[in-house]
Amino acid sequence: MTSELDIFVGNTTLIDEDVYRLWLDGYSVSDAVALRVRSGILEQTGATAAVLQSDTMDHYRTFHMLERLLHAPPKLLHQLIFQIPPSRQALLIERYYAFDEAFVREVLGKKLSKGTKKDLDDISTKTGITLKSCRRQFDNFKRVFKVVEEMRGSLVDNIQQHFLLSDRLSRDYAAIVFFANNRFETGKKKLQYLSFGDFAFCAELMIQNWTLGAVGEAPTDPDSQVDDMDVDLDKEFLQDLKELKVLVADKDLLDLHKSLVCTTLRGKLTVFSEMEANFKNLSRGLVNVAAKLTHNKDVRDLFVDLVEKFVEPCRSDHWPLADVRLFLNQYSASVHSLDGFRHQALWDRYMGTLRGCLLRLYHD
Amino acid sequence: MPGKLKVKIVAGRHLPVMDRASDLTDAFVEVKFGNTTFKTDVYLKSLNPQWNSEWFKFEVDDEDLQDEPLQITVLDHDTYSANDAIGKVYIDIDPLLYSEAATVISGWFPIYDTIHGIRGEINVIVKVDLFNDLNRFRQSSCGVKFFCTTSIPKCYRAVIIHGFVEELVVNEDPEYQWIDRIRTPRASNEARQRLISLMSGELQRKIGLKVLEMRGNAVVGYLQCFDLEGESGLVVRAIGTACTLDKLSSPAAFLPACNSPSKEMKEIPFNEDPNPNTHSSGPSTPLKNQTYSFSPSKSYSRQSSSSDTDLSLTPKTGMGSGSAGKEGGPFKALLRQQTQSALEQREFPFFTLTAFPPGFLVHVGGVVSARSVKLLDRIHNPDEPETRDAWWAEIRQEIKSHAKALGCHAVVGYSESTSICEEVCILSASGTAAVLNPRFLQDGTLEGCLEQRLEENLPVGCGFCHIPYDELNMPFPAHLTYCYNCRKQKVPDVLFTTIDLPTDATVVGKGCLIQARLCRLKKKAQAEANATAISNLLPFMEYEVHTQLMNKLKLKGMNALFGLRIQITVGENMLMGLASATGVYLAALPTPGGIQIAGKTPNDGSYEQHISHMQKKINDTIAKNKELYEINPPETSEELIGSPIPEPRQHSRLLRSQSESSDEVTELDLSHGKKDAFVLEIDDTDALEDVHSLLTDVPPPPGFYSCNTEIMPGINNWTSEIQMFTSVRVTRLSSLNLTNQALNKNFNDLCENLLKSLYFKLRSMIPCCLCHVNFTVSLPEDELIQVTVTAVAITFDKNQALQTTKTHVEKSLQRASTDNEELLQFPLELCSDSIPSHPFPPAKEHLESASSNSGIPAAQRAVTVEKASPMGEGNFRNRSAPPCANSTVGVVKMTPLSFIPGAKITKYLGIINMFFIRETTSLREEGGVSGFLHAFIAEVFAMVRAHVAALGGNAVVSYIMKQCVFMENPNKNQAQCLINVSGDAVVFVRESDLEVVSTQHPTANCQPLCAGGEVTT
Repeated sequence: MTSELDIFVGNTTLIDEDVYRLWLDGYSVSDAVALRVRSGILEQTGATAAVLQSDTMDHYRTFHMLERLLHAPPKLLHQLIFQIPPSRQALLIERYYAFDEAFVREVLGKKLSKGTKKDLDDISTKTGITLKSCRRQFDNFKRVFKVVEEMRGSLVDNIQQHFLLSDRLSRDYAAIVFFANNRFETGKKKLQYLSFGDFAFCAELMIQNWTLGAVGEAPTDPDSQVDDMDVDLDKEFLQDLKELKVLVADKDLLDLHKSLVCTTLRGKLTVFSEMEANFKNLSRGLVNVAAKLTHNKDVRDLFVDLVEKFVEPCRSDHWPLADVRLFLNQYSASVHSLDGFRHQALWDRYMGTLRGCLLRLYHD
Repeated sequence: MPGKLKVKIVAGRHLPVMDRASDLTDAFVEVKFGNTTFKTDVYLKSLNPQWNSEWFKFEVDDEDLQDEPLQITVLDHDTYSANDAIGKVYIDIDPLLYSEAATVISGWFPIYDTIHGIRGEINVIVKVDLFNDLNRFRQSSCGVKFFCTTSIPKCYRAVIIHGFVEELVVNEDPEYQWIDRIRTPRASNEARQRLISLMSGELQRKIGLKVLEMRGNAVVGYLQCFDLEGESGLVVRAIGTACTLDKLSSPAAFLPACNSPSKEMKEIPFNEDPNPNTHSSGPSTPLKNQTYSFSPSKSYSRQSSSSDTDLSLTPKTGMGSGSAGKEGGPFKALLRQQTQSALEQREFPFFTLTAFPPGFLVHVGGVVSARSVKLLDRIHNPDEPETRDAWWAEIRQEIKSHAKALGCHAVVGYSESTSICEEVCILSASGTAAVLNPRFLQDGTLEGCLEQRLEENLPVGCGFCHIPYDELNMPFPAHLTYCYNCRKQKVPDVLFTTIDLPTDATVVGKGCLIQARLCRLKKKAQAEANATAISNLLPFMEYEVHTQLMNKLKLKGMNALFGLRIQITVGENMLMGLASATGVYLAALPTPGGIQIAGKTPNDGSYEQHISHMQKKINDTIAKNKELYEINPPETSEELIGSPIPEPRQHSRLLRSQSESSDEVTELDLSHGKKDAFVLEIDDTDALEDVHSLLTDVPPPPGFYSCNTEIMPGINNWTSEIQMFTSVRVTRLSSLNLTNQALNKNFNDLCENLLKSLYFKLRSMIPCCLCHVNFTVSLPEDELIQVTVTAVAITFDKNQALQTTKTHVEKSLQRASTDNEELLQFPLELCSDSIPSHPFPPAKEHLESASSNSGIPAAQRAVTVEKASPMGEGNFRNRSAPPCANSTVGVVKMTPLSFIPGAKITKYLGIINMFFIRETTSLREEGGVSGFLHAFIAEVFAMVRAHVAALGGNAVVSYIMKQCVFMENPNKNQAQCLINVSGDAVVFVRESDLEVVSTQHPTANCQPLCAGGEVTT
């Protein structure tokens, strides 16, 4: 005796959170049943494996039908087919768009294209996340990217409005979109120690300060190419950054900068001598990173450069985080006292963000 | 020109992409009613078109208004080729035709296509201007209200219950017309949907006319069914109960007019009878069966009715005689005759109701059913559906005579059904033979103050159990005992009925769902040979189903079945029987004896051992069940009920009853001795199987209860968390050479597994009861069994559940202490509303206190409640107010019950009766049969909800899925399904939102009879 057809339809759509998780994690029905059996549900409820199988199938079918709607969450709210209480709707959406840390680290900054999609196999093998789940997460990234890419206004707000995600998740997606758009390299071995959170933190700072939207100036000409205010870095700003080169190119200025910083920090740093010895190298690194940002290629390597030029040297000298903070603060502030330097505002816009990023990036 | 229909097409949304090139759609809408069609402009390149059309006006006869549905077709404009249809919406405008229902239909309707399912939504506004029509010979019946609910709708009061109305219309099935060979499946399905819509409209109008003829204004318990007879045609038939209803809120309720003096006089002798006994069926009755035979030629009834030319004055006299005591045997007979003469006016004294106003049901005889096997032939003249009419008339006649044999003049809880396989059709009808109080059966003007007297004769909580038939001339063998409640009247040892448990019945413990399942193989045969084979099998099936029910009932330690529904389904090579009912322990009936197993070969030692082992198992099960369902030893409850409260009248009544029947006490003991007489003989393997199958039924997991009646006896503290669901299973039988036993086991497993699955799925609702569990079996193909279940799960409050047994006893105590004479004073005005107001007082009070204590505004509170219980529909946004501005979809509740726990129905908006066909040629792509049907049923729910919301409602009550015909052809990657659903669209208001003086509730709680007049709406 085999069941040809076996369905359950409630007036209020039943959502089992545990099964939803299994489905999102990309388990097949049989794997999901096996996992549920292992969770001890049969003993708790006195059900049989057949019942569990049927129940799991039902939920999977429901999720499959809901998936189409989840691709455009506002549709889920307005559709008439599934009667789902609002709190459950929110849960469905939030969980559907949630992603795995391991996965996001693999694709962060990569082009969300077919080519990357082909690599999902490898990512799945590497991370132990099922291919199905990888696909969902990848498609989510891509979908959100496509929708908000060309959109004006705040990136986070746009994501929140079109995907009805929580504030936290919207911010994460903003970072993903921002990274994908600017193609920041995050996969290099020396960047492996960084978490998604680290990058997301940096992305937020950069969106806030380095994009067109950050300047707060509404585009005067609606036809101009400044539509994606939050997604693209401010090209003009990047061009201007070349002006900072003078800080290291002009030997006097560099010496003056160094003495200003050293005077203030003397006795306050545990690694003062190392700092003093390394100052020029560090400053050159930071300023050169800025100067290079005119080239797309170098923009992509931003994080690699930051780690190579700043994080790694400091780490090898065992700077404590507090010292890094003190140094960066002083390093940025002292520039204001350099009389020959005219690009104070530009420096602040650059260093303010960079300081935040570096502090976040500076850990083991 | 009696009516003007006005339609406005506002907008569309979520339309499908019809133009691949642009990923957009150029949509326009055709609005069709009758033969008139209007079109909107084409709204270019949008998936969310805003047509905002003018008002399309149709000037039509009200006859057409009733028959025709409004057809709205959404199309994609195509300059070069034919326009593509996106989908359709059929809107039944009937709810706009009577004044108290909806005034406007306005809302988002899913656009439905028979191939693609729901494809976006369309916003439509529909209004009707009706002109008064003075034509007496009109063909329309606008204004007659229809209710699917099988009890008096909650905000109405029954003035008169007129009786049975039936009608059927036949037509050729479009799918079998010659044209079907050349048209697309979509065109064929649409033709079918349209035709059925038209036929149901016509049927409803014709029924309405009959109701008007009977001077009623409503049909309650309206049940409409389709018979897809294939080649021979399509039959749409309906039955219902015609009533005159009064809206409760209107103070213009009838005042019981005083009777003419002459009539009073007639009654006086009986009323002054010092012995306010019920009519007894005691052995002393001098007149036997034939005295109250139903023959219309009886002079008795003729005489009494001669004084009145109108329908019948007779029942009034009958009323008086109803109060006659034992010695008034002849008068009792008179009553019967006279009541019956009121009913005799009707061809069939049938009532589709399953729950009744208090006092309506006097006695219940038992289940009556009739089946007949017919060979279908083409319906030659659709306008004269005489054959089908004659078939049903025959069956109804049989039911009537069965009822007569049980000493009953009426049949309640009546229903009809068919099962068709190829050209063989089984027609079935069943109901519960009953004796009714004629008070509700006649014109209000005849209602006299004196009729109130009848109340005093109804022993509370047990009257309906008393046998209506004559003890010495019993229609079937039964053990009679004196009623365990009042000790005066005889009751049978078990009682089977098709109705709901009367609200005043005294029940011990809780009830449970009891099912008998049976399969019988039959040879494949053609035409008459087939029909004969089926006819021969039927009696055996009926017998076995009955035996199984009886065994299972005993095993549960219970003594009565309510809501019994026996379904016999015919397939090509087998017959299936499925009986569902709710078992309860009626305090009035004797304790059921156990089941004794007797072997036929007493010499075999091991066999004996086996038997005794089995016996032990059975005894254990009974004991366990008694504990599970809280069936306390009835001795205690007897004492409780019988123990005289220090009240003189109580004393005297008890004493009298004892002294009167002193000689009968011994008889009572005798019957006690007989109570173990139920013996199960194991003489062959078959019987052994039976016993095994008895023991395989697994009780529901802890915290779960189930019943197929409206509410579960013994639980009365429902919360507002409800979940209606439909579950379908189709099983393929594996081997070709099946035996009956294997088949039975398969079927049994199928049903049991299905129930287990339900319990598992709904586990988050514990403690919970599955109510109105409705199983339907069909045999779509040779080796396929399809079981469809619709039910509602309701969570109840566990803490208060513990008190239920206590309150029950208290209730009966209160009942007992209330003297009959006092009941007399209560105003006659009984409103059905007293019924809904009392089953849930604890929950209600709880809610009320919650709302009064918390200072949070209503909306916020609703949100918190919803968060607290995310599983159910919660009570967020359930207020009658339109959904909030945040534009999410308003919640529409659906339930097969006639009420919504914790809420009050304030308005009935009309019946929902919808028929859908869905077809696919890409079955695999849609997720196979399960994916296909799952999506379809979800879509059907959505369309029902959308229609209810558009009528301004927020719930469907008495929802029923009458048909779910599923056919598949996996080889061709095709499947088709037809679904027919119906229900009553209503507006409900949470009781916590109602400003009802809560002090009234305790009164309503213990004395529903008196509460009726007080409850305000």
